[in-house]
Amino acid sequence: MFDLSFLLEDGYIRLFWNGVLTTLQLFAVSGLLALVIGVTLVIMRSSGLKIFKAIVVGFVEYHRNVPILVQILIWYFGMPQVLPEALKIWINSGNTEFIFAAIALAMNSAAFISEDIRSGLRAIPRTQEEAACSIGLNFLQRYRYVILPQAIKVATPSLLNQTLILFKNSSLAMAIGVHELLFQTKQIDNATFRTFDVFLVATILYLIGTISLMLVADRVSKQKIQKA
Amino acid sequence: MLEILQNYASLFLIGAYPHGPLGGLAMTLTLSVLGLTLSFPIAIMLGLAHLSSFGWVRVTALWWTRVIRGIPLLLIIFWAYFCVPLIVGAEVSGFTTVVCAIVVYESAFLAQVVRAGLEGLPKGQSEAARSMGLTWMQSMRFVLLPQALVNMIPSIVNQFVSTIKATSLAYVIGVPELTYSAAQVNTMTLTKPLETYLVLAGFYFVLCFSISRVAGLLEQRIASKSRGMA
Repeated sequence: MFDLSFLLEDGYIRLFWNGVLTTLQLFAVSGLLALVIGVTLVIMRSSGLKIFKAIVVGFVEYHRNVPILVQILIWYFGMPQVLPEALKIWINSGNTEFIFAAIALAMNSAAFISEDIRSGLRAIPRTQEEAACSIGLNFLQRYRYVILPQAIKVATPSLLNQTLILFKNSSLAMAIGVHELLFQTKQIDNATFRTFDVFLVATILYLIGTISLMLVADRVSKQKIQKA
Repeated sequence: MLEILQNYASLFLIGAYPHGPLGGLAMTLTLSVLGLTLSFPIAIMLGLAHLSSFGWVRVTALWWTRVIRGIPLLLIIFWAYFCVPLIVGAEVSGFTTVVCAIVVYESAFLAQVVRAGLEGLPKGQSEAARSMGLTWMQSMRFVLLPQALVNMIPSIVNQFVSTIKATSLAYVIGVPELTYSAAQVNTMTLTKPLETYLVLAGFYFVLCFSISRVAGLLEQRIASKSRGMA
């Protein structure tokens, strides 16, 4: 039933490869950005200032209750309307779709990451903060050297799960025309009409990424149980 | 933004003329309710398979769930788009395609809810049921599943929220649900994409936020009840 020989003709394998590369780029860029924003959100929320807390709660609830596709559409179609002219020209001179997709994915992921780290924070005993305080560390130092490293360790399994979701969500970037794996798959399908073969290849490529992430996550959470 | 709502509220709620009476929010809700209802029985079977005492059943269920969790929903929708007509042997509408894809996708996630619900029951319950002479089927049906279901209600409500969000992908294959309606409004107004899509986000937000609040309340309620029993 399946015949993959078409891959060798007309450089289709190259198109797939480009798709994989773009997906990985999107994943890496948005993942790193998400981690930075996520940690910032956690620190903002823990600072105790009411206004910061309100901002973070609003940010998280928005990203949790609106479909990620809609978030991507808002960034891509809506944001240019309010961006300053100079910035718009700068973005349009680069790979516009990629930039907006990466921002949208990162923002979404950051909201979930911040919640995961926050629940990790709750597992850290209060005395840790007091101890850090008593050796003279200020607020940012306490978080940077004492509390966050521990909290992130506790949150690792759920952070890995977020990574998996981010990887899968990167496929939605095709809706605004980023040339990632699923987009290329559709293109090859349109050109060759070998629907099943093409989608089988795409499915396997996605599964290689996600199943290895799942196995890592399983192993990490098992180690945790053994240690506890 | 208000202007857009005033002019296009009916399009957002029930959709546009060529797509018939169902569209917009009405279509989104229909898809989600149908998707969740149909996936539930499959999820129970899958969840039971996860806990089966036959090794091969367990392994098959485990890998099935892994594969479904491992591919993007959009890819599942594309598979359904091409496979379902082959299985049925006739043309299939976008609506049916999306429902099939959502059932496959959500049932894998719901199965984990079912499994967690059953695993959360005290071991004594299944032992007691067996010692009364109930068969495995009977103890599942009369003793274990009803108890597990009560504990699962908040997670099921949350799963409903994620189903609603998942239906937004139907936009990609042109099913006229809420997101697709917003795209239509966007084409009609041309100059106001930000407002249009923010209105769209507002619709989803109000819907999903209120439902997840309900889930939170149910959770508290069930927790306080079970404390009362203990």
